[in-house]
Amino acid sequence: MTTLIEPSRTAPPRVRPHTSTAISKWRRRGPLLPALIFTVVVTQLPFVATLVISTFQWNILQPADRHFTGLSNYGIVFTDGRLRAAVLNTVVLTASVVVISVVLGLALALLLDRRFPGRGLARTLLIAPFLVMPVAAALLWKHAIYNPDYGLLNGTLNAVYQFFGADHGPTIDWVSNFPMPAVVLSLVWQWTPFMMLILLAGLQAQPGDVLEAARVDGASALQTFRHITLPHLRQYIELGVLLGTIYVVQTFDAVYTITQGGPGKQTTNLPYEIYLTMFRKYEYGEAAAAGVVVVLGSIVIATFALRTIASLFREEVSR
Amino acid sequence: MRTRRMTHVLVTATAAGSLLVACSGAGGSTGSGGDGESINVLMVGNPQMEDIAELTKSTFTKDTGIKVNFTILPENELRDKVTQDIATQAGQYDVATVGAYEVPVWHENGWLHELDSYADKDSAFDKGDLLKPMVQSLSGADGKMYALPFYGESSFLMYNKEVLAEKGITMPERPTWQQVADAAAKVDGARPGMKGICLRGLPGWGELGAPLTTMVNTFGGTWFTEDWKAQVNSAKFKEATNFYVDLVRKHGEAGAPQAGFTECLNAMGQGKVAMWYDATSAAGSLEDPKSSKIAGKVGYAYAPVVETKSSGWLWTWAWAMPKTTKKADAASKFMLWASSKKYENLVGEKLGWARVPAGKRASTYEIPEYEKAAAAFGDITLKSIQEADPTNPGVQPRPTVGIQFVAVPEFQDLGTKVTQEISAAIADQTSVDKALNDGQKLAEEVAAKHQ
Repeated sequence: MTTLIEPSRTAPPRVRPHTSTAISKWRRRGPLLPALIFTVVVTQLPFVATLVISTFQWNILQPADRHFTGLSNYGIVFTDGRLRAAVLNTVVLTASVVVISVVLGLALALLLDRRFPGRGLARTLLIAPFLVMPVAAALLWKHAIYNPDYGLLNGTLNAVYQFFGADHGPTIDWVSNFPMPAVVLSLVWQWTPFMMLILLAGLQAQPGDVLEAARVDGASALQTFRHITLPHLRQYIELGVLLGTIYVVQTFDAVYTITQGGPGKQTTNLPYEIYLTMFRKYEYGEAAAAGVVVVLGSIVIATFALRTIASLFREEVSR
Repeated sequence: MRTRRMTHVLVTATAAGSLLVACSGAGGSTGSGGDGESINVLMVGNPQMEDIAELTKSTFTKDTGIKVNFTILPENELRDKVTQDIATQAGQYDVATVGAYEVPVWHENGWLHELDSYADKDSAFDKGDLLKPMVQSLSGADGKMYALPFYGESSFLMYNKEVLAEKGITMPERPTWQQVADAAAKVDGARPGMKGICLRGLPGWGELGAPLTTMVNTFGGTWFTEDWKAQVNSAKFKEATNFYVDLVRKHGEAGAPQAGFTECLNAMGQGKVAMWYDATSAAGSLEDPKSSKIAGKVGYAYAPVVETKSSGWLWTWAWAMPKTTKKADAASKFMLWASSKKYENLVGEKLGWARVPAGKRASTYEIPEYEKAAAAFGDITLKSIQEADPTNPGVQPRPTVGIQFVAVPEFQDLGTKVTQEISAAIADQTSVDKALNDGQKLAEEVAAKHQ
């Protein structure tokens, strides 16, 4: 998985003797080999094991009945209605979390890009949600915020109602009525700071002279943002979207903790469905096959992500 | 042949790999066995197990010289670990905690060592003192015991005495479900924000599945007939499920589709519901002033019924010995000690009588200090367990032993998927009919494997 980034064609020609013989190449690569081999062993061998397991009929509660079945597990994965629903839920969950996080993150990054007293503190506070453990965050949302009896949302409503003289506010069951939005919201809270950080880095890398020139030419703030800042941020947004997607596709904690995939199958995403297959059905072969399918999907996304990062580097080099 | 060896290597490798991960959090003691033997015990992470991990070194190990290395895992990982350990013949664990559900299933697979030969030899253990339903649920078809109970529970109705009295309701000691539903309607809203009753709505065979199945039993329904005909969309099963779902929707706790045991415990203890039908083991927490606002104000009644005499469930965590162990003698000594009267007294004296692993021996309820600690609920807990009949929990013969579950490997998956749909019905996202018709299809697939 190592991609050596070749200096791009547009870079000024460097004065370097041509030593493109195989020996000298390996002399340079040699010291890296142990690390490379270690990385391959640690990251790729488990995947190979998963691939092998995915071709077996293997339910651990029937250890005697373990045999090779070829690709039949993949057939089950692609024809299973529950898995199809899980794919759809995963797409909806991931897309909405990423898009909303990017929009909010951009807004916050633009605010933080200005100078104001206490900026450092505001930035630290805004980053905090990203540093909370996913399970802890999910528990916090389930109990402290959504809980219909003692949660923050209903507590606030109750206080407002009582302020206007009512006996007791409405008891709204947020998670049951809006299961997917409830999960999405808790994830957006976690991922907005991540997007904000990436976009803030992008904003601070803006060349000042260009902004200056725009101001001198009489461009309004909106025009400057639309025609200069946004095109400049494009790659950073792409990077945020792709990295965010890779992570959010794997969301398990929020689903497991807040809704247990319910009500019904409405918030059962792929990782949770695989968990059910593995730990409720004990069908290791099926779970492995589903896992492989998810990995392949993620690899497609990751390829785009790596390309984006590579293009960022290229820009750095050509500067 | 090659592939078989290949998988064996792979399986062992993956098992070893996951072990490395799993053990990182557990407190395995270091150093060699020294003078005595050492055994490995795998336990589920419940408070009673944490107590025994704390007490073993200074008592059991001191007396016998047998060192005990504990590994504590959550329930699902524990099942997985034991299954892998036995399936791969690794023999890594000498003792494991198992639930009432696993014993018949694992015994069927031939994984567990029989324990009668050890229990009968130890006169101090007093096997006759064990409660009969416990013995039944831990025995194989051959009548021998395959696990020794550590603690047990049934289910009953807990209610807020003050609130019911205010509304002029007297809860009979043995209520019917209709009486409970009527009472729930009357006390609903008795205080601002208070609902009538808490019933679990969180999906899961051991969450919503448990109280719902006891209700199905007493309404005259069952998951399967004796000869493996699926009955999930039969009239009686439907009637019970509709009753359950209607009761929760009309007078149940707020946020019911996400409410499991923990959420109901909170709601009841904080005075957000007036009644709660759940595990007898919850009473200890409700009577604890530190965590409950209604300590001392709780009334207890037997599990509500319709067509049967009793309907309480039966659950136990018990010690089992995998057949793969190479240290059966040392392991059996530990198990007999952990399930003994002596150990119960030790916990009572060292940690407090409320923490005694109760619900397995008749003699526990005759200890004066324990009687005092469990004055409000001890007697009714004991009777509920004694009345539970895991071999015949409903109105028709059953294919397996078990009250609130069906003891086949496929039930975890079936129970979880069906309760997901019923939970959706509680959230008004689907109908009970549709949920049970879908469930029937899944149940028929399971039945086909066993016919």
